[in-house]
Amino acid sequence: MSTAEAASPAAALPGWVMPVAKTLAVIAGIAALIFALVASGIAPKGSWAHKILAAPFIEMREMPDLLVQTLWEGAVAGILYALIALGFVLIFKASGVFNFAQGIMVVFAGLTLVGTYELLGRVGLTGMPAAYLALLVTLGVMALLAVSVERFVLRPLVNQPDIILFMATFGLTYLLIGIGESIFGGNPKVMITSQLGLPRGAIDLNILGGRVTLQKIDIAAAVIATLMIIALAIFFQKTRIGRALRAVADSHKAALSVGISLNQIWMIVWFAAGVVALVTGIMWGARSDVSFGLQTIALKALPVLILGGFTSVPGAIIGGLIIGIGEKIGEFYWGPLLGGAIESWLAYVIALGFLVFRPQGLFGDKIIERI
Amino acid sequence: MSTALPGETLLAVENVSLRFGGVRAISDVSFDVVKGEIRAIIGPNGAGKTSMLNCINGFYHPQEGAITFKGVKRPKVKPHEAAVGGIARTFQNVALFKGMTTLDNIMVGRTLKMHRSFFWHLFRNGPAMTEEIEHRRKVEQIIDFLEIEHIRKTPVGKLPYGLQKRVELGRALAMEPDLLLLDEPMAGMNLEEKEDMCRFILDVNNTYGTTIALIEHDMGVVMDLSDRVVVLEYGRKIADGTPDAVKKDQTVIDAYLGVAH
Repeated sequence: MSTAEAASPAAALPGWVMPVAKTLAVIAGIAALIFALVASGIAPKGSWAHKILAAPFIEMREMPDLLVQTLWEGAVAGILYALIALGFVLIFKASGVFNFAQGIMVVFAGLTLVGTYELLGRVGLTGMPAAYLALLVTLGVMALLAVSVERFVLRPLVNQPDIILFMATFGLTYLLIGIGESIFGGNPKVMITSQLGLPRGAIDLNILGGRVTLQKIDIAAAVIATLMIIALAIFFQKTRIGRALRAVADSHKAALSVGISLNQIWMIVWFAAGVVALVTGIMWGARSDVSFGLQTIALKALPVLILGGFTSVPGAIIGGLIIGIGEKIGEFYWGPLLGGAIESWLAYVIALGFLVFRPQGLFGDKIIERI
Repeated sequence: MSTALPGETLLAVENVSLRFGGVRAISDVSFDVVKGEIRAIIGPNGAGKTSMLNCINGFYHPQEGAITFKGVKRPKVKPHEAAVGGIARTFQNVALFKGMTTLDNIMVGRTLKMHRSFFWHLFRNGPAMTEEIEHRRKVEQIIDFLEIEHIRKTPVGKLPYGLQKRVELGRALAMEPDLLLLDEPMAGMNLEEKEDMCRFILDVNNTYGTTIALIEHDMGVVMDLSDRVVVLEYGRKIADGTPDAVKKDQTVIDAYLGVAH
């Protein structure tokens, strides 16, 4: 009887429906307000109010192909932000540590991959086999990193306040920068995109009276990131180890008392974060190049996390999409009004707005406290 | 003082001392737990009862003395190793996974019993699915047993204290332990909840034959439930025996009621 019920979905609405519905209602309200303003003649054409409130939307309607292009670019960036944010969420969930080193792990993984490929090239191995061999080696390196972090950073600092662990990840960041620079040098490297079998070039779609260009690498990035996110979500929600991870996140002593080894869990989590970093490194690296500058994009994960909540996998995804799309739309339609380049800070402003109304994020675990 | 019961000794605590810096939490305490019995540890506040449980469970490591479990003298064990060895416990101030449902909390108790690699679990089919269903069935039995069907899908953080304690007991039971340690299972409960909890503890002991060591303050409960009682005061053992013998012991009466000096 009970096992049959296990398979059936929960009857109640999932927890994220209400916040999403509320957000949509607010957006609809604002849209109605704008329409009323413009229609009533308070904001005549050419006025600032019109430029800010009406012109961008009219442009969107008149040139839907540009809108689709912008949305697509925003979505791809968003999924990649989500991927970085996931790395943070994984570690935060299991150990309550905000891992400042996640950004540099992305760079480190990318550099190790390219560096190993170059090394294999020197002994005469090139092409796809070498690329995948390098990928395996990099996975090994990330596993080694996870084991070392657990052994030399987390284990000695167990039961220390979170801020101490946070500072330790700062230390880890500079250590990894140092190791990375001394092994691979400081010059940007080109990601081995085609050797890994990732597509190049673009697809042009003639739709909506215009042309929408989709980079193939972007499509691949979106597909791979989506698969990765789904796998992680299942891993977290449905597997034995996933349950153990959530248990550790909730209470260390209770987790220990049912036989969960914290050390083992931390190792698994850091390795998972390392794999996420590797995938992120490949995808971002393919879009630009692999350099230490890449770690700053990891900071974009901060507004994503504020939006999505530090503990929620779906939150990281939706947060990433909101930031990615919001950023691109803002830059394209409103950017010129402010002289452009608002993309670099708009995400933080969006996050700040959210912080005021929902401090635990859109999907963060609700803070349940019995008094 | 000690009364030897017939039966195999499951746990033997010998001359255990535990210090925190200069504070002696436990001084030279010895007692044993026989297979199948309900053993109570009682004593005034600060007597070292919870510290004793923490030593048995591996959260604390006594500086002196030895703890023998299932006939094997243990070196320093870690709590999760103690769990692997078959010791389950509950906590004085409920330690549950607050964000997770009752069902998931109890499923976590099955962690050690599940062996399929997580790759199988990831795809949710084949042997892993069979395993998941089989454990889910066990968990549902426990839920039925503890009469908490109605809160199966509720995040435990939202539950009242009495029910949280019950879920915590469920999680410990899911481990199918050889030795179950209960730290004040009835603290903060009303009479009805206490009676329920008593019934569950007795049922666990009768039905599954689980050996139980419990700390409790409610003397009525202790006397009704337990086969043997060990009494601690200021970290020392002052009495050990059947409830009736302990009840009449002058040192125990003095410890609880105080003596005129």
